[in-house]
Amino acid sequence: MIAALAQWFGDASRWAGADGIPQRLVEHLAYSALALAIAALIAVPLGLWIGHTGKGERIVVLLSSGLRSLPTLGLLTFLVIVLDVSLGQVLIPVTVVLTILAVPPLLAGCYSGLQAVPREVVQAAVAGGHSTTQVVTAVELPNALPMMIAGLRSAALQVLATTSVAAYVGLGGLGRYLFDALGVQDYTKMLAGALLICALALLTDGLLALLQRLLTPAGVRLERARNH
Amino acid sequence: MTWVWTNRDLIVGLTAQHLLLALPSIVLSLLLAVPLARLTLRAPAARRLLLGTSSVLYAIPSLALFVVLPGVLGTGILDPLNVLVALTLYAMALMVRTASEAFAAIEPDVLLSATAQGHGRWQRFVAVELPQAGPAILAGLRVVSASTLSLVSVGALIGVQSLGTLFTEGYARGFLLEIAVGIVATVLLAVALDLLILGIGRATMPWAGIVQRAGAVA
Repeated sequence: MIAALAQWFGDASRWAGADGIPQRLVEHLAYSALALAIAALIAVPLGLWIGHTGKGERIVVLLSSGLRSLPTLGLLTFLVIVLDVSLGQVLIPVTVVLTILAVPPLLAGCYSGLQAVPREVVQAAVAGGHSTTQVVTAVELPNALPMMIAGLRSAALQVLATTSVAAYVGLGGLGRYLFDALGVQDYTKMLAGALLICALALLTDGLLALLQRLLTPAGVRLERARNH
Repeated sequence: MTWVWTNRDLIVGLTAQHLLLALPSIVLSLLLAVPLARLTLRAPAARRLLLGTSSVLYAIPSLALFVVLPGVLGTGILDPLNVLVALTLYAMALMVRTASEAFAAIEPDVLLSATAQGHGRWQRFVAVELPQAGPAILAGLRVVSASTLSLVSVGALIGVQSLGTLFTEGYARGFLLEIAVGIVATVLLAVALDLLILGIGRATMPWAGIVQRAGAVA
């Protein structure tokens, strides 16, 4: 099996053309990035507002826990049929589903990040003459950044995983290898596709974990070290 | 709606298969994760390894794991065992973290007084640590139950029967009602299991609210 896999990856034709690994990888990343960008446009301002004012948190918690039991595959197939799109437009329902999945973790990262900022720190900033905008941008945001990246991390993992599933409804991306091979029982190709999907997910997770560590402000790191 | 009635046997059968995959995974994850979390609590290196493995595991997309597992386990690609093992691993990845944090959050003074009163290690675990960590573990179990029930459906893509089969069949036939029935049934199952877990929690841990309130104060 390992020899068969090595042969599959070693074949030069896998690395070029419309069904080549680079092309599929770019597609996978592009679909995922598009959905994450739309989700961030919705979730970041809303999350900052909720975190800063403390309003609407209950609704968000309720919505995201309700969403957890909603089966992604069901939502995806449902939307594709309801919107009645052609194969060329299948990206629309897929992006809608991916965005729905990405919003709750991003939102949670934003508002819980802001809420984790100690009240005294915010009060000190206000007492020191910071305006509301300055409090948000200079105090709350840098302190909340690590948790916001944690939210991005779980959103990105969800989206990358679901993009693989989206190949089922005719989208490109790395999931293509799985579904193209499933019909003809080509297990080597399925396994190769699955390994590529795993590698992409683990790499993304690792990079974002690193980013999370790098973006932790020095002051917050000091505080944590003192508490432990 | 006549479709639902004429196909009730199919729907009930798929619901049963759905539960047959989800329930053992959820229960198994609890039975494995709690001892693992407790045993590694005072061994920082082992704890880091356990939590690190969990977070790596959790990053792997389910569809990919369903495909890779037959290669590792030597099972057939259609074997429901692949889905069962994958779901158990995901559920464990979540449970291990929750349980580990729950045990770590117990006040050291509480443990000291238990020891001072003559509790042995095992006795202290059963009579003090488990009741203290229980409410948080239960909250984690609710998350695990909801996400496991919704993950099962993905198995339908590689041919493992569950309520997810209604999605793949409905999609292949362009039949919206079948997909809708699958979604509603999955959500209803999740709600039912959540209520069951809550009920078990209330019955076995009537102090849960008190511990949580005390935790909020501290």
